[in-house]
Amino acid sequence: MSEPSGEIPRHSVLDRILHWMLVLAFFAAVASGFALFHPSLFFLTALSGGGPWNALLHPFFGLAMMLFFFWFAIPHWRVNLIGKRDIQWLKQFIDVMTHNEEVLPEQDKYNAGQKMLYYILMLCMIGLLLTGFPIWRHYFSGYFPVDIVRLSLLTHAFAAFVLVASVIGHASFAVWVKGSIRSMFKGTVTPGWAYKHHRAWFRQMIRPGGGGGH
Amino acid sequence: MPLQSLDIRRRSATTIQPPAARVEAIPEVAKLIDTTKCIGCKACQVACMEWNDLRDEIGINAGVYDNPPDLSSQSWTVMRYAEYENPKGDLEWLIRKDGCMHCDDPGCLKACPSPGAIVQYANGIVDFQEENCIGCGYCISGCPFDVPRISKKDKKVYKCTLCSDRVAVGLEPACVKACPTGCITFGRKDQLQHDAAERVVELKTRGFDQAGLYDPQGVGGTHVMYVLHHADDPTLYSGLPKEPKISPFVRLWKGAVKPLALGAMAFVALAGFLNMVRGGASETTAKDEEAAQREKEKMHV
Repeated sequence: MSEPSGEIPRHSVLDRILHWMLVLAFFAAVASGFALFHPSLFFLTALSGGGPWNALLHPFFGLAMMLFFFWFAIPHWRVNLIGKRDIQWLKQFIDVMTHNEEVLPEQDKYNAGQKMLYYILMLCMIGLLLTGFPIWRHYFSGYFPVDIVRLSLLTHAFAAFVLVASVIGHASFAVWVKGSIRSMFKGTVTPGWAYKHHRAWFRQMIRPGGGGGH
Repeated sequence: MPLQSLDIRRRSATTIQPPAARVEAIPEVAKLIDTTKCIGCKACQVACMEWNDLRDEIGINAGVYDNPPDLSSQSWTVMRYAEYENPKGDLEWLIRKDGCMHCDDPGCLKACPSPGAIVQYANGIVDFQEENCIGCGYCISGCPFDVPRISKKDKKVYKCTLCSDRVAVGLEPACVKACPTGCITFGRKDQLQHDAAERVVELKTRGFDQAGLYDPQGVGGTHVMYVLHHADDPTLYSGLPKEPKISPFVRLWKGAVKPLALGAMAFVALAGFLNMVRGGASETTAKDEEAAQREKEKMHV
C-alpha cells in the first residue's frame, strides 16, 4: 500500500494531531513542573503567569498531558510488543549508532528503542498520574496521610525526571534520523526510509493488500 | 536599606547566601510554655486572634474543651486538652498550647519551592511571607508537627509568626503578654533553658520524676519549648511527637537528588547534540531508495 506519490503512510491524521497536542501539553506541564523542581528554574513560573498561577495550573496541564498520552499510546500497544529481533537489535546498539543498518535485524513499525520508550513513558505517566493526586493540595491532599503525600512528592519528581530525560532522548533521535520529523507532520515516509530503518514493516506495507502496520 | 531585614538566616528556595554583612551577635529567642502551670483559660488564643486580626468560623461544641478543634488559617494557636489516667489511677488534665514550634531546622522551609516565601530570622523565628506564597502546600508536607494550614479563601498558608512584628520592636508575643499564670514566657533561648532546668528540678521534688524540657534535637531544637510533667512520653499531650524530624522522603526529595537529576537531563541533551556533531544525521540515501524500489518490483512481479 502506498500513496499516489509513492510514499508509505506511517502516521494517521489523528495520530499526528494527538502527538503534537501531547507535545504542547508536555511543554506546559514540564515548564510549570520544572519551575517547582529546583530554585534555579523558578523563573519558569513567569510562563504560567507567576507563582500562584503556576501552582494552580500545573495539575491541569498534567491532566491534559495524560489525556493526549493515553489516547495516543493505548491503541498502539500491539505494534510495540517486544520480539526476539528487538533484543538482538538492542544488543547491537553500537551498530545503530554507527549507521551499520545492514548487519542489524530487521525492525517492525517501531524499532526496539522506540518500543522501550513506549514502556518507559507508559510507566512514567502512570506514576505521575497516581502520585499527582495526593500532592494536589487544593482538592485532594487532605484525603491522604501525610507520609503518602511526602512519598508522592518524591516519586512525582523522580518520574518527571525519567520522563523528561527519555523525551530528550526521543527528540534527539528524531532529529538524528532524517525524515522522522517530516513524517510526523506529513504522515508519510519515502520507501527508502522505511527500507532503511524499519524493513520488516516496509515489506509488510508493500505486500499486495498490505498496510496492516497501524 | 532601612526597610529590609538584614537578620535573615535562611530563605526558602534560595541557593545563595542571604545578606550576611552584619556581624553583631543576635541572640536566639524562644517561647517557653510550662504546661505544668497552664490552667487552660485560652487567653493566649484570644490574644493571638486579637493581635493578628483573626476570626475563625464559629464552630460546634464537640463535647471537649478544645475549641476550635484544630489549627486553621484563622487559628494559629489552639489549646489541646488531654485526659490522662496515670498508673496510680488518678486523672491528669494535660493541657498544651499547640502551634508552630519554630524549628531550628525547619521542614517547611526546606520543602518550600518559592524563593523567600519562608524565612528564618537570625533570632530563630520561622516566618511565612504570604506575598511570596504560591499555595502549593509543600510546607505542610515538610512540617514534622502538622502545623501550617492553607486558607480556602486566598490559597496561602498561615501559621504562628511568634509575633515577629512585636518581637522586632522589643515586645513579647501577644500570647505571652496575655497569659495570666506566667505559664508562657519569652526571651533568650539560653536563659529560658536555664529557667526550665530550675523548674524541672522543682517539679521532680514534687513527685514528677519524669519532668523535663521538650526541645527536640531531631529538628535542631525548637524556638518554642515545653516544660512537661511527662517528658518521657510527650505523646500524652495530644500527640506531641516524641522524636520529631524532617521525613527522609522530604530530605531525599529536597536533597542532592534534584541537582543530580538536572545534570543528568542536561547530559542526555548534550549527548544527543554531540552525537549529531560526531557522526552527522542518519540520512536516507538514493541507494536506500533504489533498494526499496527493487524490493517493491520483486513483490509485484
